[in-house]
Amino acid sequence: MESEHIVSAFDNDLAELNHMVARLGGLAEQQFAAAVEALETRNVSNIDAIVEADKQLDKLEFELNERAIEVIARRSPMAKDLRRIIVALRVAGNLERIGDYAKNIAKRSRVIIEHEKTLGDNVSVARIAGLTQQMINQVLDAYATGDADLAMDVWDRDLDVDQLHTSIFRELLEQIGADPERVSAGSQLLFVAKNIERIGDYATGIAEQIYFVKNGEFPSQSRPKADGSSSSAIE
Amino acid sequence: MSSQEENIKISARGVTVHYGAAQALHGIDLDIRANEVTALIGPSGCGKSTFLRCINRMNDAIEDCHFGGTIEIDGEDIYSGGIDVVELRARVGMVFQKPNPFPKSIYDNVAYGPRIHGLASSKDELDHMVETSLRRAGLWQEVHDRLHTSGSGLSGGQQQRLCIARTIAVNPNVVLMDEPCSALDPIATAIIEELIEELRSQYTIVIVTHSMQQAARVSQRTAYFHLGHLVEQGDTDRIFTNPANKQTEAYISGKIG
Repeated sequence: MESEHIVSAFDNDLAELNHMVARLGGLAEQQFAAAVEALETRNVSNIDAIVEADKQLDKLEFELNERAIEVIARRSPMAKDLRRIIVALRVAGNLERIGDYAKNIAKRSRVIIEHEKTLGDNVSVARIAGLTQQMINQVLDAYATGDADLAMDVWDRDLDVDQLHTSIFRELLEQIGADPERVSAGSQLLFVAKNIERIGDYATGIAEQIYFVKNGEFPSQSRPKADGSSSSAIE
Repeated sequence: MSSQEENIKISARGVTVHYGAAQALHGIDLDIRANEVTALIGPSGCGKSTFLRCINRMNDAIEDCHFGGTIEIDGEDIYSGGIDVVELRARVGMVFQKPNPFPKSIYDNVAYGPRIHGLASSKDELDHMVETSLRRAGLWQEVHDRLHTSGSGLSGGQQQRLCIARTIAVNPNVVLMDEPCSALDPIATAIIEELIEELRSQYTIVIVTHSMQQAARVSQRTAYFHLGHLVEQGDTDRIFTNPANKQTEAYISGKIG
């Protein structure tokens, strides 16, 4: 338990910001899960609702920004308090972006489902989505509890996501190359996989912020990267 | 010798102060760099003002006050027998919490120090010193046409700048400031803070302040005192974003330490 401020209203402000981040995190997680489910179950009925629900994330992020600015102006935070508030702003930005990617996955899923009968069943895409969902879930827990070790575990696991993305990319290029009729759906699925890989990066970014709140500096070692998709081509 | 060591203006080692039986400072080791602003922070009674007053031997005047340890300025021990305390206080000027102009004209307030120290050999030279000091204190524009009116007729912020002009008129190289803005409004405070930033190119400044925000704004180095001990010192940027000590963190964050 963090020691309390003499001005107790400041503790309330910080708790409120944390609560807003938690709500934003819950929404982003939910949106991503819904988008992945729509693709995996080939069910377009939920897609409009997912697109619509993204507005809530945007609104909540905006409210959090306003609140954080008020707290900075009124409380003149120092040291860890200052880091917590700045990080709440940045994490909220990351979560809002995760929401945008989820919305984009939902929109692309519609095209995939309508144009192609088999690509949507891609097992590797389901796996990368599962891995990334776990990362988000865990990084949100780490944020709520301020657990930098748990956050660093998420940070390490982004390597798996990157590697899987590279293999999905190559696999899809081959499938598209073998059957030009699959270009529309296949291209959309390439973007879906890329969006999921980016969501993993945002989860990793949140992990770094959690580490920063705790330690006052960013993780010193550079993160292992294994996304080779940008140099992949069909032979 | 590293370049940082070469820049050390004031070096305190094992400084203790007792007021009678009560010990106010417990072995303070602190190096203060030239041409930087060093902020001394800490709760009331932590010893920061006592330490500040050791740097120009202001505590000598307090009965039953006993100093131990050493303070060197430019490598010279200011507590050694051969030191002329009056001359020391010209070299190490002080600005107080409440502006305290003499009940004299603006001109005479500034001319006072140069006169008693015999720094000017002619009226012209004294005029020049008064003007230069008032300019450096950022007050010249506001008072040049009423130099012979009373200093106490100025606003609080102007009076404080007059006191700064009076302090720097005797060519100190260290300026000590004991909560110089605590009696001033935010605009007058901002003007003094801007002045502090300008002055540091020529003087070494040590400031005691109760305002964390002020310490963060004006200083390059910060030292945190608690119960007569120096708890932590370091670059101001680090102290206010990532202090190493839990007590420092609690104090600057407004927590129950």
